Amino acid sequence: MNVKENIKTLIVNKPLKLDCGQTINEFPLAYETYGSLNKDKNNAILVFHALTGDQFVTGKNPITNKDGWWSYAVGPNKSIDTNKYFVICANVIGGCMGSFGPSHKNPKTNKSYGTDFPVITINDIVNAQINLLDHFGIRKLFSVVGGSMGGMQVLQFVSNFPDKTKTAVPIACTASHSAQNIAFNELGRQAITADHNWSEGEYSSNNTIPDKGLAVARMAAHITYLSKKGLQEKFGRKLQERDDLKFGFDADFQIESYLRYQGSVFVDRFDANSYLYITRAMDYFDLAKQFKGNLSNAFIKTNAKFFVVSFTSDWLYPTQENKDIVIALNAIGANVGFVEIESDKGHDSFLLDVPDFLSALKNFLDQSYKE
Amino acid sequence: MKLEFKIIANLLEENTRILDVGCDDGTLMEFLKKNKNVDIRGIEISKKKVQVCISKGLTVLEGNAEFDLKQFPENSFDYVILGQTLQAFVNPEIVIKELLRVGKKAIVTIPNFGHWKVRLNLLTKGTMPVTKTLPNDWYNTPNIHMCTIKDFVKFSKTINFKIYKSLALMNKNVSNINNSNLSFKNLFAELGIFLIEK
Repeated sequence: MNVKENIKTLIVNKPLKLDCGQTINEFPLAYETYGSLNKDKNNAILVFHALTGDQFVTGKNPITNKDGWWSYAVGPNKSIDTNKYFVICANVIGGCMGSFGPSHKNPKTNKSYGTDFPVITINDIVNAQINLLDHFGIRKLFSVVGGSMGGMQVLQFVSNFPDKTKTAVPIACTASHSAQNIAFNELGRQAITADHNWSEGEYSSNNTIPDKGLAVARMAAHITYLSKKGLQEKFGRKLQERDDLKFGFDADFQIESYLRYQGSVFVDRFDANSYLYITRAMDYFDLAKQFKGNLSNAFIKTNAKFFVVSFTSDWLYPTQENKDIVIALNAIGANVGFVEIESDKGHDSFLLDVPDFLSALKNFLDQSYKE
Repeated sequence: MKLEFKIIANLLEENTRILDVGCDDGTLMEFLKKNKNVDIRGIEISKKKVQVCISKGLTVLEGNAEFDLKQFPENSFDYVILGQTLQAFVNPEIVIKELLRVGKKAIVTIPNFGHWKVRLNLLTKGTMPVTKTLPNDWYNTPNIHMCTIKDFVKFSKTINFKIYKSLALMNKNVSNINNSNLSFKNLFAELGIFLIEK
């Protein structure tokens, strides 16, 4: 079976001018929807995925056969209730789940684009997705919601299309990638490009993949998604299927084995070049800079109601960076609520079963929908 | 304390922007939203209470008024309400100044430490007063800067703000406080409600 049969794709006919200067035409945007659009077309929520996510938000992902990445939050009667709302999620451009990305064939060379793919930004990613509104005939979304890189897209979306959504929920994110964020992404990119199999990005012609490099990138990133306390509680110094240290470099500790596993399953589902491109887009993200250093100006045209959420143990996009968004919004009298959720689960909290978060999200959406 | 809310509501004009500082579980915000045509936001330090506010559909920020009012520009709100929390701040002076920077007007309510029951309690028992409105012991009370109605009036002169209207709540009755009845109200009012300006 061709996996692509399970992927809904919109071919975007409108040319999209990218921040790098290039223009892309007739490009595919893969998406998935959940729930149904009501008659007034005012119950749609555009969900944005994070770095390694995809359009398969909930239910079984038909490609990986695993649960969707936000199954805890999205579904019937869940925080984003698909009995009530029409949920749309697109694979970001630059991604590897059907949207226009570096693994697509370049018609000029008949080979994958690889590093000939244009460098894209969060702005480009969001500008590509606005086409979904026209596609469904939606004039105004009920909400835009996303965590991590998804949260950055929320901010960029509201800034670019101030009257296209009633509410906006940026979760565990930042308005500007910090030096530490860039550093971790660079570590991942270096791991990929140092893998001999990467071959300057042309690995698909060689029928290989830089799996070792991509796995290391994932392992390093995965550590940043967890908290020290969470790791300690889950793994501590527990040994992996052995009674004592083996005095070698095998995975003695459970945490080593866990990370190796995370790395190995990741390479089966994710493209190394996509990883380079999407992390670059995150690093280039600086919404304040787009408005001459004044973040408030990014939101000055919108009447959207915001709800900003952070997590106590998230050190990748810590509370203060989320609060900076709140401060920028308050400086212009925007309608913004904010809560920091208590959780030991680190940055990944927004993806996991964190009841306080899930109920806050549900309450905000359901109450706002009534207004 | 419904009466306190009604008094506050009566002090507010319609079609105004309001910030409730220390909005607790949002009871006052809900009351005002229902009874007045106002645009109201809240700020609350307790995560749990912020969650409750969100479940009521209220726009609330988790934050500490002592630090987080800074983010609001001057005159962001027509009114800033501070209900029975001034005494809990480390620096009430800064808080009052911040209220009057952020809001054109502020409504401050204070549990009156000059009330006769409080005085009697201290006089007869010789220990820090524990009453219905002040139920904590001295070592675990959040109320670290208790004051009387008289203290607050004096405070307005010291740090230079105008008391536009001052009301006393005693035995479920509301009355005006003025210079001539100040000592009397200071002895019998449970709560002082002040509308203040820069």
